[in-house]
Amino acid sequence: MKVGLYHGCSLEASSREYLESLRAIAPALKLELEEVQNWNCCGASSAHAMDHILALSLPAETLAQAEQQSMKEVLVPCAACYGRLAATKAELAENQTLKQQISERIEMPYAGSTEILTILDILDKVLTADVVKSFPQKFSHKVVCYYGCLLVRPPKITKAQRVEDPLMMEDILKRIGAQPLDWGMKTECCGASFSITRTDLVGMMSGKIIEDAILRGAEAIIVACPMCQSNLDMRRQAIEKAMGKRYSIPVLFITQAIGLALGLDSSALGLKRHFVPVSLLENQEAKAVATGKSS
Amino acid sequence: MSRIGVFVCHCGENIAATVDCEKVAKTCAKIPGVVYSVDYKYMCSDPGQNLIREAIKEKKLTGVVVAACSPRMHEPTFRRACAEAGLNPYLCEMANIREQCSWVHPKSKATTQKAIDIISTLVAKVKRNRALFPIQVPVTKTALVIGGGIAGIQAALDIANSGHKVVLVEREPSIGGHMAQLSETFPTLDCSQCILTPRMVEVAQHPNITLYSYSEVESLSGFIGNFTARIRKKAKSIDEKLCTGCGECMNACPIKKNPSEFNMGLGTRPAIYIPFPQAIPNKPVIDRERCTYFRTGKCRFCETKCPAQAIRFDQKDELIDIQVGAVVVATGFNVVGTSFFPEYGYGKYKDVITGLQFERLLSASGPTLGELKRPSDGSTPKKIAFIACAGSRDPAKGIEYCSKICCMYTAKHAMLYKHKVPDGDAYVFYMDIRAGGKGYDEFVRRAIEEDHVNYIRGRVSRIYERNGKLIVCGADTLLGAEPVEIEADMVVLATAGIANQGAEELAQSLHISYDHHQFFAEAHPKLRPVETNTAGIFLAGACQSPKDIPDSVSQASAAASKVSTLFSQKELTREPVVAVINRTAPPVYSTCVGCFMCQSACPFNAIEREEIRTRDGKLIKTVARVNPGLCQGCGTCVALCRSKSIDLQGFSNEQVYAEVTELFA
Repeated sequence: MKVGLYHGCSLEASSREYLESLRAIAPALKLELEEVQNWNCCGASSAHAMDHILALSLPAETLAQAEQQSMKEVLVPCAACYGRLAATKAELAENQTLKQQISERIEMPYAGSTEILTILDILDKVLTADVVKSFPQKFSHKVVCYYGCLLVRPPKITKAQRVEDPLMMEDILKRIGAQPLDWGMKTECCGASFSITRTDLVGMMSGKIIEDAILRGAEAIIVACPMCQSNLDMRRQAIEKAMGKRYSIPVLFITQAIGLALGLDSSALGLKRHFVPVSLLENQEAKAVATGKSS
Repeated sequence: MSRIGVFVCHCGENIAATVDCEKVAKTCAKIPGVVYSVDYKYMCSDPGQNLIREAIKEKKLTGVVVAACSPRMHEPTFRRACAEAGLNPYLCEMANIREQCSWVHPKSKATTQKAIDIISTLVAKVKRNRALFPIQVPVTKTALVIGGGIAGIQAALDIANSGHKVVLVEREPSIGGHMAQLSETFPTLDCSQCILTPRMVEVAQHPNITLYSYSEVESLSGFIGNFTARIRKKAKSIDEKLCTGCGECMNACPIKKNPSEFNMGLGTRPAIYIPFPQAIPNKPVIDRERCTYFRTGKCRFCETKCPAQAIRFDQKDELIDIQVGAVVVATGFNVVGTSFFPEYGYGKYKDVITGLQFERLLSASGPTLGELKRPSDGSTPKKIAFIACAGSRDPAKGIEYCSKICCMYTAKHAMLYKHKVPDGDAYVFYMDIRAGGKGYDEFVRRAIEEDHVNYIRGRVSRIYERNGKLIVCGADTLLGAEPVEIEADMVVLATAGIANQGAEELAQSLHISYDHHQFFAEAHPKLRPVETNTAGIFLAGACQSPKDIPDSVSQASAAASKVSTLFSQKELTREPVVAVINRTAPPVYSTCVGCFMCQSACPFNAIEREEIRTRDGKLIKTVARVNPGLCQGCGTCVALCRSKSIDLQGFSNEQVYAEVTELFA
């Protein structure tokens, strides 16, 4: 399956392991990723707070570029980028005058014909039973799935069915042999926008999430958003300070979990880039040794 | 040639203060056709009425215009006065120069002129009035009561006790409705079943009441006093005459794990079952969707065990047509389930239950025999949270209205919980406490002050499970919106009361109106609260809007008294303000072309087909005919008729045109 890719800034910088792991698993999933040319910033977290037209123009330009490349679907792995692109598409579909205005502003025709997919949308499509059959091993770990805010909200735009208790990620992880646990913090706020300015708040908010994951007996937290991952992983010190405890639970991108099931090595999946060591890895390797398989 | 009399009323100062009544009377005397015009201080007083009576006789009046208040007020008074003087009452019209003139304008020449204009339009109309005669329709003195909850039971008993026959139709296998499911009732804490079951028995034994349980009304045709109802008696799969209600069949049934509707899914019942021990009638029915025999063709265990040989697997639904004169709709309500609330777990937490389920847990006849055990593990909850307004008053959930009963039953629940678990903690999250009613607010205060229930004003954002506890996240808005987290063992949602299943379909088959929440609509929210817009059909109980027991019973008695009033008459007299389809001499017979657009437009189903035939039975023409017993005189058909063949008596096109033309003359 061929699909457009708009990965945005995070996946080239603080969360480059997300992109690395995505690219690493793509061949096994028969996924051909074609990058949107000349893409630009989605405007997340600042543009929409300052200038509405700018906030619409930035994603519209990327979408218009995707249209020029005749992409029917474009995968947006970053939840924040996805939120901006989907919101723009929804608003311009409603308002023809605004669509015209934005099109003039970006000096490109914009039709709004490209379908925007989250990482979960695409994985749901390509991770079929047949594909999973060929996986060398199972990702047999107890995990909790953390959605954060932008993957499912606002429901008017995302059209998510179970906004308060989504299950798509659990469904995908079950296919690779994981045991997703029921927990209470799936869609709680990680403190995303405070990541730079108020790490103490991030510590408190993300701390509650980590605490609940530990309580349920999870071995890892699985995410599909760079912001969620960096707050839960990079801000672990702030979290430990806020909670007065030490936590060793790793935070994995869903693509990394799939990569582990594929038996890909940790550097290919960018696992070594995490601040919290991915101890799962050793478990996985140990298990593989125990069952006589080499990882 | 018309001889019209105009009678201008001062209404004390009400009209005379802003309108020069003397001048009005003098000017109106000059209108062509007016032979007499006079003003008087109080036209509705006896001397005032006398003035009219005398003038009719002396001046040989052919029409009367009384210029006074709204016809809603005194039209019957003046029409009666005219009738007493020998004039057909429908030749008397009211010109409203009070509400539509003197009250809304300052004293001025223009105001006086407007009064004159109003009167002249009515003079123009009354010249074209024709003598009309009230419509007489016969009455079948049997009432149909739909729904056997407390409202239906009360209405049926009241009508039956006034000496009239009643047919009571109940959808479920037993009457009793939601009240039978309740444990204790607010604000007196008397046992619900103890006060209800004697009424249920009375229904079963009353010589004037015929009870059709496990039955539904399929259709209703006809009109006030003369309805025909078709009732579907669903197959109970037993011979009711032979069955003794011994219960052997229920013991024999191998399929015992069916969720009990009566226990709101918290208990189980066999496939052949009596919903609860005090059921009326106390005879079982077979749930054909659950019964092994009906599903696989094998079993018939119950048949072998039945000592009376009363099981009938081959029984079929029966359709019965009955004639009734009035209908009381008392089909009740329902509550939304816990799965309606994504933020409270989409119904996946076993210990998050609805108020109605909690009633069953408290009830001595419930699945736990009245012991308070939570559904998940049967332990006694030591900490319990009640959430009021779960769904109600929440436009985001599509339910903007207040469900009315929840504040009271939540207080009752918390109180009963404290009585059963004195060392437990009860929390109530609420928006406002709406405890209007006799002894109601005192009851809530008692829960707070004597039983130490913790009331927290704030809504609950979400509930999730952790370590076997339900974490209830809310805010205390009286303490500066401080976040509150309670680790509860059980949560009871006071879920919104909604229209019962099938309410919309029933309303459509009965031709009564309903609101966008499918609650049935009353004819007037204040002055006609128990009548529907369809004559002869009345409402009782929570099918109109959520109601508590006292309100349901009051409304049921009110509906019953309306029915009794109807049945106290030999024939029904109705105002002749109805539509008529013109008939003319042959060969035209009627200008009606038989398109029957009027038939589909009529909100009251009052238009039928009439075949005009020659004496030897040959069909000449099919035309529309208005059933005067059914027509409410709304005029929709008149506006719609393509060939202008329909007129509203008393408001004919000719009369209305004359009025309008007069205004611009």
